[in-house]
Amino acid sequence: MRRLVLAAALIGAAVPCVALGAPPPGEPVPGMPQLAFGHPVQGRLLISHVVWLLIIFGLLYYVMARYALPQVGSVLEERRRRIEADLEAARAAKDSADRAVAEHEAATARARAEAQAAIAAALQQAQAEAAARTEALNARLDSQIQEAEKRIAAARDAAMGALRQVAAETADALVARLIGRADRKAVERAVERELAARGRA
Amino acid sequence: MAAEGNTIDALSQFILVPVLGRVGESVGFTQSNLHMLIAVGLITALMMWGTAKRALIPGRMQALAESAYEFVHGLVTEQVGEKGKRFFPFVFSLFMFILFGNMLGLFPYAFTYTSHIAVTFTLAAIVFVLITVVALAIHGRKFFGYFFPEGAPVWLAPIIVPVEIVSYLSRPVSLSIRLFANMVAGHVMLKVFASFVVMLGGLAVIGPFVALLPLALNVALVAFEVLVAFLQAYVFAILTCIYLHDAVHLH
Repeated sequence: MRRLVLAAALIGAAVPCVALGAPPPGEPVPGMPQLAFGHPVQGRLLISHVVWLLIIFGLLYYVMARYALPQVGSVLEERRRRIEADLEAARAAKDSADRAVAEHEAATARARAEAQAAIAAALQQAQAEAAARTEALNARLDSQIQEAEKRIAAARDAAMGALRQVAAETADALVARLIGRADRKAVERAVERELAARGRA
Repeated sequence: MAAEGNTIDALSQFILVPVLGRVGESVGFTQSNLHMLIAVGLITALMMWGTAKRALIPGRMQALAESAYEFVHGLVTEQVGEKGKRFFPFVFSLFMFILFGNMLGLFPYAFTYTSHIAVTFTLAAIVFVLITVVALAIHGRKFFGYFFPEGAPVWLAPIIVPVEIVSYLSRPVSLSIRLFANMVAGHVMLKVFASFVVMLGGLAVIGPFVALLPLALNVALVAFEVLVAFLQAYVFAILTCIYLHDAVHLH
């Protein structure tokens, strides 16, 4: 690149030297040479260099419009398309990544929910089993308790039955000893009354 | 050539001289035209050769060519709008032609073809003819309504219409004289101060020291001329775009 700039500078410096190598016009040019349309040499050159200007500018326009600018434009367009395509690809990649993340999250959530459901079911089952066992145990205990109560009640009834007889006999014996005779029937009635009064009938 | 006797000859640098020997003389091919050809060659080389590799990541030349393209493209689309795209090659050619003419003129021994009113006026005349033809082609007879803005009171017409016509006709004049005067003034100043350097440098012992002053000034002036060279090309191009906008949209 440096060599290129050097070459351009050399050409730029050398060519005008060649241009100035031509001899200056014989007749002096009064005033501004740009306005010396009346001068025999300058006047002619002023007109001719405008004609050449039109030709050269036309050439520049043709080359620019036909070759140079479309080429630069296509290069820029190519780059723009490439960048857009890359952006599009990046966007698509991001979308798919997002989708994958979402899927992964959904899967995780599903797995967690399943696990929780399984835990809950197991827990429930265990609780149900425990409840059933407890129930059975309770039932058995209840029945045992009832049986025991029944036995107790039978024993108490038996004891209560015995109590009346014992009380009647004791009272009869006491009365007999105290007063010399005993009316067994009256004693039994008195015992009966007394027991009823105490709620033990 | 810089100083003959004690007069400063700042204008002889603008004299046209035929080049290419007898052939050039007979067809009136001057050093000015040679510089135009060099400019066209450089512009073409920059645009064609710079982007020949079609690199995705541009090198220096390609970046320069692309930024020139996008700069003028932005100018045209911003000023003229979407319809202005077909004028882009023209505005681009105009801008680059003037820019390279101005810049080439800053090289030693080089000739500044934009310092000739004949050249700048020809370019401005091309612009003027183009905008008039475009306006007539797009708007037909409605184009003449341009000289009398809608909504203005009718009794003002005798004043407004001549003013508008004069301002329209003065476009190529102002366009060409602006560029021409800027380039001439810059080069005359450079020449004058360069002559000072030579004249003061010959003065006794202190001469070379005093001569440093105009030399320093010339260095600054060259930098300023680079700015002017770009600015004037830009102004020419943007005014052309504004005129094209008027031609396409009629205000």
